[in-house]
Amino acid sequence: MKLTKIFMASTALAFAAGAVAAEEMTIVSWGGAYSKSQLKAYHEPYSAKTGVTIINDDSSAEAVSKLRAMNEAGNVTWDVVDVVASDAIRLCDEGLAEEIDFNSQLAPAPDGTNAEDDFGALLVSDCFIPQIVYSTTFGYRTDLVGDTPPTEICDVFDLEAYPGKRSLEKRPIGNMEWALLCDGVAKDEIYEVLETSEGQDRALAKLDTIKDSVIWWSAGADTPQLLADGEVIMGSTFNGRLFSVIEEQNQPVAMLWDAQMFDLDGWIIPAGLSEERKARALDYLYFATDTQRLADQAKFISYGPARASSAPLVSTHAELGIEMAPHMPTDPENAKNTFLYNYEFWADYRDDIDAKFQAWLAK
Amino acid sequence: MGSNVRPIHTNTSDGDTMSDTTDSGPMLAADGTPLKRSLSRALRRQKMRALMLVAPLLIFVLISFIFPIGSMLFRSVENDIVADTLPLTVVELQNWDADSGELPDEALYAAFAADMVAAIEAKNHTKLGTRLNYEQTGLSSLFRKSGRKMKRLDPAADAPFKDKIIDIDKKWGDVETWRAIKTHSVRITNGYFLNAVDMRRTPEGAQAQPEDKQILITLFQRTLLMSLMITGSCIILAYPVAWILANLPARTANVLMILVLLPFWTSLLVRTSAWKVMLQQQGVINEVLVWLGMVADHSRLALINNQTGTIIAMTHILLPFMILPMYSVMQTIKPHYVRAAKSMGATDWTAFWRVYFPQSVPGIGAGSILVFILAIGYYITPEIVGGTKGVFISNRIAYHISSSLNWGLAAALGTILLAVVLILYWAYDKIVGIDNVKLG
Amino acid sequence: MAALTPISRKPMSLVLPTVAAAGGALGLFVGTANGSGLMGVLVGACLVLAMALTFIKVLNNEGLSKWIAIVVMAALGFIFGGTPGVILGAIFGWLFHWFIYWLYEGRYRARLLPYLTPRQVLWHYAFRVLCGSIFVFLITPILVVMPLSFNAQDFFTFTPEMLRLDPEGYSLKHYRDFFTNNEWQRSFKNSLIIAPIATVISVSLGTLAAIGLSQNHVPFKRAIMAILISPMIVPLIISATGMFFFYSQIGNWMEGTLGLNKTFVGYVKVVLAHAVLGIPFVIITVTATLVGFDNSLTRAAANMGANPVTTFFKVQMPLILPGVISGGLFAFITSFDEVVVVLFVGSASQKTLPWQMFTGLREQISPTILAVATILVVISIALLTTVELLRRRSERLRGMSPG
Repeated sequence: MKLTKIFMASTALAFAAGAVAAEEMTIVSWGGAYSKSQLKAYHEPYSAKTGVTIINDDSSAEAVSKLRAMNEAGNVTWDVVDVVASDAIRLCDEGLAEEIDFNSQLAPAPDGTNAEDDFGALLVSDCFIPQIVYSTTFGYRTDLVGDTPPTEICDVFDLEAYPGKRSLEKRPIGNMEWALLCDGVAKDEIYEVLETSEGQDRALAKLDTIKDSVIWWSAGADTPQLLADGEVIMGSTFNGRLFSVIEEQNQPVAMLWDAQMFDLDGWIIPAGLSEERKARALDYLYFATDTQRLADQAKFISYGPARASSAPLVSTHAELGIEMAPHMPTDPENAKNTFLYNYEFWADYRDDIDAKFQAWLAK
Repeated sequence: MGSNVRPIHTNTSDGDTMSDTTDSGPMLAADGTPLKRSLSRALRRQKMRALMLVAPLLIFVLISFIFPIGSMLFRSVENDIVADTLPLTVVELQNWDADSGELPDEALYAAFAADMVAAIEAKNHTKLGTRLNYEQTGLSSLFRKSGRKMKRLDPAADAPFKDKIIDIDKKWGDVETWRAIKTHSVRITNGYFLNAVDMRRTPEGAQAQPEDKQILITLFQRTLLMSLMITGSCIILAYPVAWILANLPARTANVLMILVLLPFWTSLLVRTSAWKVMLQQQGVINEVLVWLGMVADHSRLALINNQTGTIIAMTHILLPFMILPMYSVMQTIKPHYVRAAKSMGATDWTAFWRVYFPQSVPGIGAGSILVFILAIGYYITPEIVGGTKGVFISNRIAYHISSSLNWGLAAALGTILLAVVLILYWAYDKIVGIDNVKLG
Repeated sequence: MAALTPISRKPMSLVLPTVAAAGGALGLFVGTANGSGLMGVLVGACLVLAMALTFIKVLNNEGLSKWIAIVVMAALGFIFGGTPGVILGAIFGWLFHWFIYWLYEGRYRARLLPYLTPRQVLWHYAFRVLCGSIFVFLITPILVVMPLSFNAQDFFTFTPEMLRLDPEGYSLKHYRDFFTNNEWQRSFKNSLIIAPIATVISVSLGTLAAIGLSQNHVPFKRAIMAILISPMIVPLIISATGMFFFYSQIGNWMEGTLGLNKTFVGYVKVVLAHAVLGIPFVIITVTATLVGFDNSLTRAAANMGANPVTTFFKVQMPLILPGVISGGLFAFITSFDEVVVVLFVGSASQKTLPWQMFTGLREQISPTILAVATILVVISIALLTTVELLRRRSERLRGMSPG
């Protein structure tokens, strides 16, 4: 009798919990202006359409470790997670993200092109749905670099023409490639060179020439702050941050579009969701990664949509009213000399080179 | 109770003589039980009561902290993944002589094919790849890429495998690949600990890492050294402040105490950022110095992104943890001693150094151990203001936990750090006594 | 303690060189900033010297000379530095005036013991100045944070407009953001829920355990102590990952078996995790207070018929209360300022203030963080002042001498 009662009660509760869960999903992202752009472009229209409440969790920076811990504990509380491509590859390798069948699970382009072709080469992992293309590039203080502003990446390594501090990210990725590029290695041979120990030493030797003038950053907001303070004369950061410094904050800063590091940010679905939650996550992603939605996000932040078909739909900034296309890393004018970042290479060599890089930094 | 309880009743029922009873018979407590037993029961009850008071917290901490941390730290030696993912291969590898320089035979490749097909089915092969990639660069993509092709192999029908697998990727035909797998196939490994002290596990035994990758020992030394310097500067700054707080009238002291406590209400992150604004080259201090003409514009002081920055910011953050214990000890020091010393002709300095200072040592000890322990585990502040040379070992632990997912190495580093702290704690307990720690 | 020493006027041979030196020091700074240090020293020294002579020998009217000093220095400040110069000049004018009279009238002796030698007096004041500068060091960040929180820009930078005291450079927008932004409001509320509950748990359990530990004959005392203190010494990042596993299982069990609400379970997890982190501080402070505790007091209470609970609350507790309070303070701060563990154990609906600040610093610099910090500082000053005033009042009521 008593047992039945408890059983009934717990079933009722389980149902109640299920009903509540059905209306709610947790989406993990980076916070700040980026989350805001997703809220406007994806979450709000999706909630309006389906009635699902979306909870935003600003934990993307810890996503990899937290997902692994959740998975081991058997309690995955996230439904959709926004991560950078290299993290997505790691998560996919660790079995922490679901594999996606792009053509059947994502919307085709308006002209009928299937999703796989529409995303094209940007599909770098089986688990990862690209959302935006961003670039890590250099911004410089127009009032502190003299009469001839820098025009190419190698000016970063030119202390004579541009004396002063620069800021670089405190990790090997990006810096090693730029160093080799400016040390005379051809663009398409860089990763071959970087595979060898001598190549790594060569890159570090090049970085050595400016080491005393570098301030190393680790949070994306650092370089804009350093530029605004005049603490550095140039520095690398994400192009969206520079856009905000230049256009929204009106700082005397300009941007260098040369050999910028192309990178992707996008969605994964954590492994280990219940069928029902997984279906809802997929439904959300079908909606949020279609051509129009991706183009909409560009109204709020200057990152390029990952679909080829979205590019023509990019319009003006929602508040400033300026044309967004020229500020996109995908704009042909900006993308004349881009650097394609090799995910496979870094998945293999990241730990090895990172140890070397840190040892070099500490020297 | 105790020594002044005399035997009240003597047991005479069996007719023994008085002298016998007093010499060898048991002493009895008031209720007739032998005193020894009564005392030990009282002692036991006292122990039980003390334990009962401690128990709720002890159980809470044991279950919710010690046990989870222990199992986290156990990852520093645990290495089941190779043997679990490739069970047949690992058995076969035992028969293969790694030093022969020759490739394993067909039996091993067949076992490997069977293991891989099962692992791919369970999506475990890439996990194994990332695990082995910590030891030998390139294995991650080897497993990932081969996985796509080996999925189609049929362990029953497709034999022989050796050439097919080498065809899939020539690295499978490299002795080094198999040697790496064999070296790391043990279930309990010392590999992570070796990595944590800049060595590595190789088929030939433990070897030093290549010189250009040695970083962790340096970081350990730096962490200890800088924590000591931070503790030292905290002592120097806190002593006068604690003294003046303890010797001023209570009213003034309480108002000044607000100044000590205020920084607590400003988040650590904000305080660190504020130091950045103060210390950077275009920051407040440098601007003022340049304006005053004390420093030339082109040679501004480098106060941040180096060890100076870390020491200044962390000294500031940890200073209240030094002031408060010192203050509470100094409050208990009676001014009469110093006055007595002076009235007997001691100079100010002698009176302080020989009379006052020794009494304040427990406060210094308590503050030091607290500051040192807290300093050794910090990582957010060094990350923000430390630049390249002000980074601590905890930064590497955080990197391995949250970026590289090499939790085994993180756990090994954490275990070593913990061991260092525990040794210091033990030493402190021996020298000063942990009961002597006063926080406020 | 402060024995009143009769004060007497000091000879000009002491006053004049000292004030001239002070004037010269200021002159050096202003001079170097304007081109010539030597000129500055001379002009500064002469200026203050002239001020001292005029005030003492000619005017002989303290109130009037104060205003003269302030106005003259403010005018000079305006010539050299514009609006900010006026304020600095006025401050220095007041300061020099005070210094001149303080020396001349011998007021510096008033609060000191009469038998101190001049060297001891000098040391006494040098020591005060030293301590003063350490206090300034302690509150430096707050001095930076407060003005920056009114920055009109979205950076942590003192803009030229701010330095000119131009109203254009200031704005209240970061405060508006804090009060209107849901994220900030929610995280503030969460912190106010989590920190006090975690503190209560660590203080109550910790005090009990400390009392148990402080008794004689506790078996395994050292080991138990080490275990209870361990949350302080394990690197936070390791604690965070380790605790994550434990709390997600506990969370599963509470949601699944007990059928509790998910949000509620989330709070329980963070509160318990923070309580553990606060425990070492409570244990250390309370055991320290108990070292000097006279156990015959509890025996006396028991002897007179009080039960253990009464004994605890009426006899023991009031005596160890200072230790308990400071332990609780540390525990509260630990929770209120903790970001690593909550990042792991908590989920979006338990986002605390430090978490929100952490995202704010990493993702996009927003001086809203500074506005929050300023608000917290103001609240805590108000709280601490109230506590101090109440304490003084109760002292007065109990007829104790003001210390």
